Amino acid sequence: MTVSLPRNAVLGGSLAVVAALALSACGAAPDKASTTTKDGKSAATATSAADFGGMDALVKAAKKEGTLHIIAVPRDWANYGALIDGFQKKYGIKINDESPDGSSQDEINAVTTRKGQDRTPDVLDLGSSFALSAAQQGLLAPYKVASYTDIPEAQKDPQARWFNDYGGYVSIGCDAKRVKQCPTSFKDLLKPQYKGQVALNGNPAKSGSAFGGVYAAALANGGSFDNIQPGLDFFAKLKKNGNYTPVESTPATVEKGETPISIDWDYLNAGYADEFKSKGLDWKVVIPSDGQYAQYYSQAINKDAPHPAAARLWQEYLYSTEGQNLWLKGYARPALMAAMEKAGTLDKTAAAKLPKVTGTPSFPTEDQQSKAKTVIAQGWGKAVSG
Amino acid sequence: MTTALPRADVAPVASAKRRRRAPGWLAVVPLLVFVAIAFGLPAVAIVNGAFSVDDATTGATTYTGANMTASLQGPYLTALLGSVKLSAISAALGALLGLPLAQAVVSSRSRWLREAVLTASGVLANFGGVPLAFAFVATLGNAGVLTVHLGLKDTGWDLYSFWGLILVYLYFLIPLMVLTITPALDGLRSQWREAALNNGATGVQYWRHVALPVLAPSLLGGLVLLFGSAFAAYATAAAMVGSAVPLVTLQIADALSGNVLVGQENVALALSLDMVLVAGLVMAVYLPLQRRSARWLDA
Repeated sequence: MTVSLPRNAVLGGSLAVVAALALSACGAAPDKASTTTKDGKSAATATSAADFGGMDALVKAAKKEGTLHIIAVPRDWANYGALIDGFQKKYGIKINDESPDGSSQDEINAVTTRKGQDRTPDVLDLGSSFALSAAQQGLLAPYKVASYTDIPEAQKDPQARWFNDYGGYVSIGCDAKRVKQCPTSFKDLLKPQYKGQVALNGNPAKSGSAFGGVYAAALANGGSFDNIQPGLDFFAKLKKNGNYTPVESTPATVEKGETPISIDWDYLNAGYADEFKSKGLDWKVVIPSDGQYAQYYSQAINKDAPHPAAARLWQEYLYSTEGQNLWLKGYARPALMAAMEKAGTLDKTAAAKLPKVTGTPSFPTEDQQSKAKTVIAQGWGKAVSG
Repeated sequence: MTTALPRADVAPVASAKRRRRAPGWLAVVPLLVFVAIAFGLPAVAIVNGAFSVDDATTGATTYTGANMTASLQGPYLTALLGSVKLSAISAALGALLGLPLAQAVVSSRSRWLREAVLTASGVLANFGGVPLAFAFVATLGNAGVLTVHLGLKDTGWDLYSFWGLILVYLYFLIPLMVLTITPALDGLRSQWREAALNNGATGVQYWRHVALPVLAPSLLGGLVLLFGSAFAAYATAAAMVGSAVPLVTLQIADALSGNVLVGQENVALALSLDMVLVAGLVMAVYLPLQRRSARWLDA
């Protein structure tokens, strides 16, 4: 991996690289001088753009830093590629995307193990539990984007250390050419005609969307946020009657026809549908009628971000109408969707393309989630092994 | 290195001896330093992490055996035993199938065949991870080319099972066995065979009483190597059977770098320590056996 460094930190950066090579973890502290305004305001402690002297000052400071480190952001995930390009073009700030396929835990590890180095990620895109635990560990800087008040109350930290950015529903993707009658609910999945065809995109003890899939199955089978066991029982039943296939579904396995029915986030499945069209695959996406489960990811700023101004500008960009609509184009539901709909700034064509849902999403509390995770960690292997 | 001063009552002979031995020690220092950094530090970190718990809010670290206890219970224990079982069976099968294959290659007169098989083995022994899993999925999976072509579905064939995974592992374990055992097979002198046959031994008797005992140390070594390879394999299983076959490496990955479980890193380290202990046990069984079978070779 090549790391390109801001001009004013080349020396420090190369020191950090040398230090890293020497197996020691003392990097160079970023040069904070560049991110202070004339009247001595530091971007690293700014809790909003206004606090730093307005957007123009923030843009200027960020441009001076010239670089932004992001981590674990795949370009083909919720249209992130367009967001990265858009930001680079608009502000001329270079984005380094480290290990695009990393997990939330990888992000936290990068922040904790490289404290004070130039190579730490500036901003994080985390699963909600990870955002919570990172905030508890004091890793995150509080920051309110301009549209902060429009983010629904239940979807942000009271201290503004993290806030939901985009999310989606658990959906069932289905290869309409291979599967005669696409399933529209969890109940359908149990039908004998789907033998060996139903896959998750990973293991629920590791993958967030697979975990969501089990939660949704629980809701469909008499479970609740407090009780995920029926979801485990459902997959155990699915495994027993031979419908469940343990292969992790990826675009490649879908193309080969190995996982013609794949349970995944709707924005990923819908994105695949576009991708597959050119390959002659008809990939249909529905949100199961009997189990609707939504989950949002969260944005956060690293407290020790080496590029504090660029980090804050990135957040402002993500929560601008432009940024939110780009997520929407990637079939993800941005956190400001409701507010933008009211204000008339929502991209209506993109919104119309989303898989249909009824009602507003509700979310399990942190306690309910951690209880459910324990149940999964203990019981998933037993449910699908053998 | 000892830096103790020679005591006055020690015979000068000893100190002379020590002076002669010092250069030998010095030559080993770079290796020891390398091992200490590349192997010692991570090992210490694993042991330290396996026995400590960080408090999420205060960041304080306390020492406890809770992680080790947790790592030897419930699904973790199932996974550990599953890994041992899978590795033992696939190593045994790999050795059983690799030995005759290697013998056939060694005893053939064709140099070309020998070179080809050994080169191919070198490549295949290192073929693993997701590409290997996907190759099998595309060939023998539920919609795989062969599965559809030969109608395997009706016979109850399922790649995503314990035995399916063993089949995939054999794909790289057999070549590994061929690579490991070929030099030993080269060491079997044809005179021994001739002598045995001249004394009226059958081919079976020759193998039972002469060749196999001579090969035993290398065979055991090969078995241990195969066991280790299968035991440590991760990516292939993760992509192919997910959690349908309980394996300790998959559990470590879930705990260490997932999007779901929070704060399980130390349990993952405890699981790694369990793996180290299992590997240590295997070595503890292997070394005395090897010594016993190597003993008569010295004669």
